[in-house]
Amino acid sequence: MSIKGTVFRYGNNVDTDAIIPARYLNSSDPEELAAHCMEDIDETFLAKIKPGDIIVAGRNFGCGSSREHAPVAIKAAGISCVIAETFARIFFRNAINIGLPILECPEAVAEAKQGHVLSVDLALGKITNETLNKSYEATVYPQFMLDIIHAGGLVPHTKQRLAREKLDAS
Amino acid sequence: MSNHAPMTMAEAILAAHCGQEFVKPGDLVQVDVDMVLANDITAPLAIIEFGKLGVDKVFDKERITLVPDHFTPNKDIKSAEQAKMMREFAHKYGIVNYFEVGRMGIEHALLPEQGLVLPGDIIVGADSHTCTYGAVGAFATGMGSTDIAVAMATGQAWMKVPETLRFVYTGKLQPWVSGKDLILYTIGKVGVDGALYDAIEFTGPTIDTLSMDSRLTMSNMAIEAGAKAGMFYVDAITKAYVQPRAKRPYKAIAGDANAPVSQIIEIDASAIEPQIAFPHLPSNTRGVSESTDVTIDQVVIGSCTNGRWEDLVTAANLLKGRQVNPNLRCIIIPGTQAIYRRAVEEGLATIFVDAGAVFSTPTCGPCLGGHMGVLAAGERCVSTTNRNFVGRMGHTESEVYLASPAVAAASAVMGRIATPQELE
Ligand code: SF4
Repeated sequence: MSIKGTVFRYGNNVDTDAIIPARYLNSSDPEELAAHCMEDIDETFLAKIKPGDIIVAGRNFGCGSSREHAPVAIKAAGISCVIAETFARIFFRNAINIGLPILECPEAVAEAKQGHVLSVDLALGKITNETLNKSYEATVYPQFMLDIIHAGGLVPHTKQRLAREKLDAS
Repeated sequence: MSNHAPMTMAEAILAAHCGQEFVKPGDLVQVDVDMVLANDITAPLAIIEFGKLGVDKVFDKERITLVPDHFTPNKDIKSAEQAKMMREFAHKYGIVNYFEVGRMGIEHALLPEQGLVLPGDIIVGADSHTCTYGAVGAFATGMGSTDIAVAMATGQAWMKVPETLRFVYTGKLQPWVSGKDLILYTIGKVGVDGALYDAIEFTGPTIDTLSMDSRLTMSNMAIEAGAKAGMFYVDAITKAYVQPRAKRPYKAIAGDANAPVSQIIEIDASAIEPQIAFPHLPSNTRGVSESTDVTIDQVVIGSCTNGRWEDLVTAANLLKGRQVNPNLRCIIIPGTQAIYRRAVEEGLATIFVDAGAVFSTPTCGPCLGGHMGVLAAGERCVSTTNRNFVGRMGHTESEVYLASPAVAAASAVMGRIATPQELE
């Protein structure tokens, strides 16, 4: 899966209340959630993003609540990938589990500016800043997580596992 | 004795739940869980994902707890739909621990109180403050709805074994200093990602005499330092709390005292004064005595952080015979129905109402800007909750200051951030 898009740049500790404010959590609908994505820290976000664009942020992206609505909103808004120095751990799990690509790469983050164009090769964990014509290696996922990603998320992965166990038992 | 290398408490609990004799930080393990939790906000997504798994039953009807606490009693039609979806799921699958409005409490006050989370357990919840149960010596951590859907179906969850970060607190606490002040001070010291992915151990002589309610407050906010879990060793105080409540047998797991940890941070607790976290991060802490020039519009005493009995008693002691400042609203919310009832029986409810405060049924309500005390632009609130992010309790131009019940009650009387000593 190859990804290419324009950078939307944020700082450290972007929290889940910023990604999707709790006042909208009376819905679980991805489209409704996407309509309010990032609005409390960047009112122009939704007006400006194009499908495939990339969020680049500093440390501890997605800290705060366990709400899966946060990566769901980002994905449904059309963002193709989030690149950060580090992710808060529940956000990290949730993104993997629902199939939102995320990468940790402090070097790429350090040099990426608002409006730069990045391309990402997820299989290789390679990020290229097309504007600067420079490439970076992101932290590689352990095999277990790659299996979840390749299955298309935790639910299909578990479904496959349950089916296998049933076969073994019969 | 065993012949493997020593393990910390977190490692030993994880090992005991994945059928391995030994685990070490960084290992990925599939663990059997003792309790799975979701609420009216996170359960609907989990139920949708559960439906996709193609299973026709949950792994264990007694080991799932569903609590409608966030937007309940239903604040609007959409919230009502979400609560209904969870209620119908609970009925369809025969979930034993579904707590209806009128019998419920804020989940992280309710589960320990009801003896549903026990020493040595692994608990996963679709709520970030699931880490609260570390206070009873469990390994408890928050996850997302998809993880919880899978856990409801299989009784299992995948985890990376965390490093252990140990805090050692020494010294006698100053007057009015509680678990809330200790944890705010600690987060201020290490930052909001200072314990990212770690299991925290709260230890030391100061902790040995700390009440269960204060311990629950500290574990509750471990996530505010980025931690995966925030744990206390099981001692006489834990046992006195857990034994009369436990709904099933349990086995405390201590780990090995000589197990290596990633870091040990020593804190002189005797030097800590009541703390307050300024907007917009829980790590933005200061001493209350240097912050008394901030006027406020609202005080909230409640939440899964500080809605327990000890918290209400502290607030009542300060509000008794006094009046809430005419320039602000004071909203007091007990954590559970049992605490609510006791507050009525023992006269606390009367003290609050006489002081001019709101005293409501349990709900998360204002903590996440849901209802029951949402803030307008420019308003400031001193709150005993756990997060003060931009827009957390309402308008993005409102401000939340996090503090203990003592500081919140004193501030409610003074109409500004105040130390409890000012009322003495
Ligand atoms: S009281 Fe606040 S922090 Fe606690 S569970 Fe409810 S919304 Fe979350």
